[in-house]
Amino acid sequence: MALDKTIVARIATLARIKVSDSELESLAGELSGILAWIEQLNEVDVTGVAPMTSVAHMKMPMREDKVTDGGDRDAILKNAPQEARGFFAVPKVVE
Amino acid sequence: MSELTRLTLSDARDGLRAKKFSARELTEAHLDAMAAARSLNAFVTETPDQALAMAAASDAKLARGEGAALEGVPLAIKDLFCTKDVLTTACSRILEGFKPPYEATVTAKLWDAGAVMLGKTSLDEFAMGSSNATSCHGPVENPWRRRGDNRPLVPGGSSGGSAAAVAARIALGATGTDTGGSIRQPASFCGVVGMKPTYGRCSRWGVVAFASSLDHPGPITRTVRDAALMLQAMSGHDPKDSTSAPVPVPDFAASLTGDIRGLKIGVPKEYRVDGMPAEIEALWQRGVEWIKSAGAIPVEISLPMTKYALATYYIIAPAEASSNLARYDGVRFGLRVPGESLDAMYENTRAAGFGAEVKRRILIGTYVLSAGYYDAYYLRAQKIRTLIAQDFEQAFTRCDAILTPTTPSPAFALGEKQDDPITMYLNDVFTVPADLAGLPAISLPAGLSDDGLPLGLHVIGRAFDEETVFRVAAVLESAANFTAEPTR
Repeated sequence: MALDKTIVARIATLARIKVSDSELESLAGELSGILAWIEQLNEVDVTGVAPMTSVAHMKMPMREDKVTDGGDRDAILKNAPQEARGFFAVPKVVE
Repeated sequence: MSELTRLTLSDARDGLRAKKFSARELTEAHLDAMAAARSLNAFVTETPDQALAMAAASDAKLARGEGAALEGVPLAIKDLFCTKDVLTTACSRILEGFKPPYEATVTAKLWDAGAVMLGKTSLDEFAMGSSNATSCHGPVENPWRRRGDNRPLVPGGSSGGSAAAVAARIALGATGTDTGGSIRQPASFCGVVGMKPTYGRCSRWGVVAFASSLDHPGPITRTVRDAALMLQAMSGHDPKDSTSAPVPVPDFAASLTGDIRGLKIGVPKEYRVDGMPAEIEALWQRGVEWIKSAGAIPVEISLPMTKYALATYYIIAPAEASSNLARYDGVRFGLRVPGESLDAMYENTRAAGFGAEVKRRILIGTYVLSAGYYDAYYLRAQKIRTLIAQDFEQAFTRCDAILTPTTPSPAFALGEKQDDPITMYLNDVFTVPADLAGLPAISLPAGLSDDGLPLGLHVIGRAFDEETVFRVAAVLESAANFTAEPTR
């Protein structure tokens, strides 16, 4: 299925990536090309086939519900672009 | 070039134990080689001080006769593995300045085994690519050149820096990760050995995530034995990765018996793809002859879903990537580009931080997971993935391992195959199926192309049967007797 500029702009918003008007055109072409190539999968009969949910044949392991880690605030904040009083800081969201 | 950098990992380890040379001497030789080969751009971060400190600690242990399995062995680490307090960028601008406060499980295991870190190697941004050209630190050069042609070639990708470093004798081994072929394809392009173990064999904890159900850490080395030794140290159950397999790790090196008599080796007829060069076909045929002379039995098998593997991959991998890469929001680590609002900050940061190929994949992934398209794309792809895995299960009722070429062509020049993303994707046509099915697979150098470039053979095994893969690969390795070396 071919994607037009409107759809690409909508996907870009969902993905939170700013895309300029000039880029929309070329992206629409590239993405449509990839999707057209992927269309070959429609030839395959998948009736009654279960989707793969786990690569390895194993059960998801359970562990005891207890805290095993923590108290590393300073180490975690060390990589933050901006922090304030022990918190990550972001642009104001509430007026 | 120092004699010490020409040793195999296995011989270097034995030499250290026999005190023929020290870990310091071995490490210095490799640091010199790293400095002399900077034009390859294989490393994005060099850690010489750490390397010398680790070598000194190894020498102290070796002196006491307490050396661990890889004591004093200098390795390179793909810049996708989190290394404590050492810059880890995934070769993306969005991780600019990121110094992880913790160590990945696989690298922690290597340091526990006594290995020495030389530095971090380049990759395609977030491991998305097959040429190492999408790294934000610039392309890596393959140490090989075509005969009579001085144009630089790509090392393959995404673990291109690791493969180039091992081929250029800068490191005795390197870590890689394989999501669609990212260990095996660069190993093939650089004339070295690349092993992708079974999904769950090596922990993904602390490896920057691309597509979680497809990401496999593994080793890149110069010999099959070295790959067995390095994988041994990297493997094992990790409670911090819920997909890590709680199964014992066998002694991989013990599987290198040289005896493959009576083994049935599958040759899949569907891997004769259109337009495959005659030299690749001939190499494959030689591989079949080699295993036959060693007493194994080639059997024709059918993997009919193979032709859909790439398209399936290009739904599943971008879908998982779009979800995994949602974490890069300019809040907790890495790049932040200011914006008027929180959303504008996210959008500006991600626009500036991600490169073109990463954006393409996030957008495709977002689309195939979006309301109304999920069933048509993602769910259908996961069903076809089941069929691909069933193909292999069927095949393994008739054979013990599968032999194919690693790639449909040798290394290409920088800039070739870049006009259309799908042409680049086709590099991975033989390697992607084993990722989708989570099976162990190795590439080893087995011959030269008409213009003098290395070509790889590829052995795929049953889940958790790395031993047979290694056993067959070692027999092919000794039959191929690949002694050619890169020019740089």
